[in-house]
Amino acid sequence: MPRRLMKGNDALSEAAVRAGCRFFGGYPITPQSEILEYLSWRLPEAGGTFIQAESELSGINMVYGAAAAGFRAMTSSSGPGYSLLQEGISYIASAELPAVFIDVQRYGSGLGDIFQAQSDYWQATRGGGHGDYRTLVYAPASVQESVDLIQLAFDKADEYRNPCQILSDASIAQMMEPVTLPEMHEHDPNAEWAVRGKHGGDFKRVTSTMYYIEDFDAYIKNKYDVMAEREQRWESVQVEDADLVLVAYGISSRICKEAVKIARAQGIRLGLLRPITLWPFPVKGFAEVNPDVKAYLSVELTSLPKMAEDVKLACEMKAPVEIFLGGAKIPESTAIVERAVSILKEQR
Amino acid sequence: MTEKRIPELLVEPNKFCPGCGHGIINRVLAEVLEEMDLAEQAVGSLAVGCACLMMDTFGTDWIQAPHGRAAAVAVGVKRVRPECCVFTYQGDGDSMSIGFSETMYAAIRNENITAILVNNGIFGMTGGQMAPTSLPGQRTTTSPKGRDAELTGQPLNMINQMKQLPIGYLARGSVASAKDINKLKQYIRSAIETQMNGGGYSMVEVLSPCPTNWKMNMESSLAHIENTVKSVFPVGEFVKNGERTDA
Ligand SMILES: Cc1ncc(C[n+]2csc(CCOP(=O)(O)OP(=O)(O)O)c2C)c(N)n1
Ligand code: SF4
Repeated sequence: MPRRLMKGNDALSEAAVRAGCRFFGGYPITPQSEILEYLSWRLPEAGGTFIQAESELSGINMVYGAAAAGFRAMTSSSGPGYSLLQEGISYIASAELPAVFIDVQRYGSGLGDIFQAQSDYWQATRGGGHGDYRTLVYAPASVQESVDLIQLAFDKADEYRNPCQILSDASIAQMMEPVTLPEMHEHDPNAEWAVRGKHGGDFKRVTSTMYYIEDFDAYIKNKYDVMAEREQRWESVQVEDADLVLVAYGISSRICKEAVKIARAQGIRLGLLRPITLWPFPVKGFAEVNPDVKAYLSVELTSLPKMAEDVKLACEMKAPVEIFLGGAKIPESTAIVERAVSILKEQR
Repeated sequence: MTEKRIPELLVEPNKFCPGCGHGIINRVLAEVLEEMDLAEQAVGSLAVGCACLMMDTFGTDWIQAPHGRAAAVAVGVKRVRPECCVFTYQGDGDSMSIGFSETMYAAIRNENITAILVNNGIFGMTGGQMAPTSLPGQRTTTSPKGRDAELTGQPLNMINQMKQLPIGYLARGSVASAKDINKLKQYIRSAIETQMNGGGYSMVEVLSPCPTNWKMNMESSLAHIENTVKSVFPVGEFVKNGERTDA
């Protein structure tokens, strides 16, 4: 397979088409608008449909319709638009339909700003919409991983009949890197549950499955328990002997990876745990960590800590969990090393 | 004598209140779909409000959309499955209040779907609050002294919003009399024909009683439509085969 130099958003879009996505309804917002721009010509070329909807609310509900009809469908947004998607995500989850949503996170609440950030962590992992549902949340750390994870997201969405999300950020979406793209995949839209007219069979009702499933509470808990057990993904870097383990995802994990290198060159035993799935949070990854680890450092590009709570739960507070907040600024790897060193000093 | 046949699409007795207009509209829609041989390829999109009681009683494929978004959901289905007969069925609160944007933009893009908008001038399911279509002076649970148009605006006339758009078909009917019901059936048939011929967006608004929340019996409800509602919301065809008929 030849490698190509591609921008994150473009690569993500092309990979979605190759994963068999044939419907996109969405609305422009920086820093994800290239996804709309790319799919506006690419989807029709591949025999699919692109609609620039009048709003994110409308876009996500078009996705709901196309997904109910059995087609691989997705939308993408950022920050304020991601808030508007939540209504639809809750409905799609409750109808147990597969679909994929991308949030290219931007900075701040309210209008915020367009720089990279990781502030939508809770909205993505706790379900920003109402009620009892979860979504698989994938956090790519490179353009290639964006390509790989969106394919996985479509497959997992089908496997569990549940929406899946890609939680990216402005840096990964806007940077160019070499990628290998997958082959074109065609998806069969004629699942037995897909609405397309009853054609002699029973009529189908796409609505909250709670209306039709006996002992729904147990059913839905089991569904998400199984996902939580099976779908944890992470990367660990030199955690087995680490005195301090950095925990970071997406763009901040790349800086942390560099920090580990710098520290190790100086004989400081840093390690990195990089969640690839944010829900389920890769609790199992913490079993690989040195049992005598002195501290964890959750590195997040937010103004208020969010992932740190999951880190605390995952390590069961067996070691202190410190927090490094980047805000809207991407931190220098050396600053992370400095902070790690001072934490280790205090621990002594 | 003609045989009195219940359409097979009505798989269970409806669950609407006695005297509700929804039951008649369901029946008319079922007859049209069966007569046009479309029952097997029909997909309906509805949301909340009393319309959602149809899910179990009206035997087409269904998707339940979030409140107001039925048109967007229908568009998602129709764009990927153009061979299906895709329709929305919504109350006025659903289609004209929270879902005004989705409803209008389906028309603005001339999406090839059929919208059925049931105008009963009130929010039925939630217990009789004011709707965009409530008449000036109408008492509802959120306009207990009668709707004050100075404060809340004039009733929304969706046909007026849509009729200057380049769309396929637009009509307003009613269930106030047998004659009206027969006309309504023609309108719904024309709307669905428009869709299946690729003629673009079609919408039929239906004036319908909500005896429960209007606090009237069925006879006086129908008389109220005839004598009062129709003067604010005139019935008839407004766009046919893409041409204005009232211009
Ligand atoms: C987002 C949201 N807001 C409010 C509601 C509550 N709700 C349910 S039905 C309804 C009004 C329905 O009125 P209409 O569409 O006129 O239908 P009718 O019941 O009169 O047939 C409302 C406000 C809801 N389900 N979802
Ligand atoms: S509340 Fe009104 S609209 Fe709803 S079923 Fe009863 S009569 Fe019909």
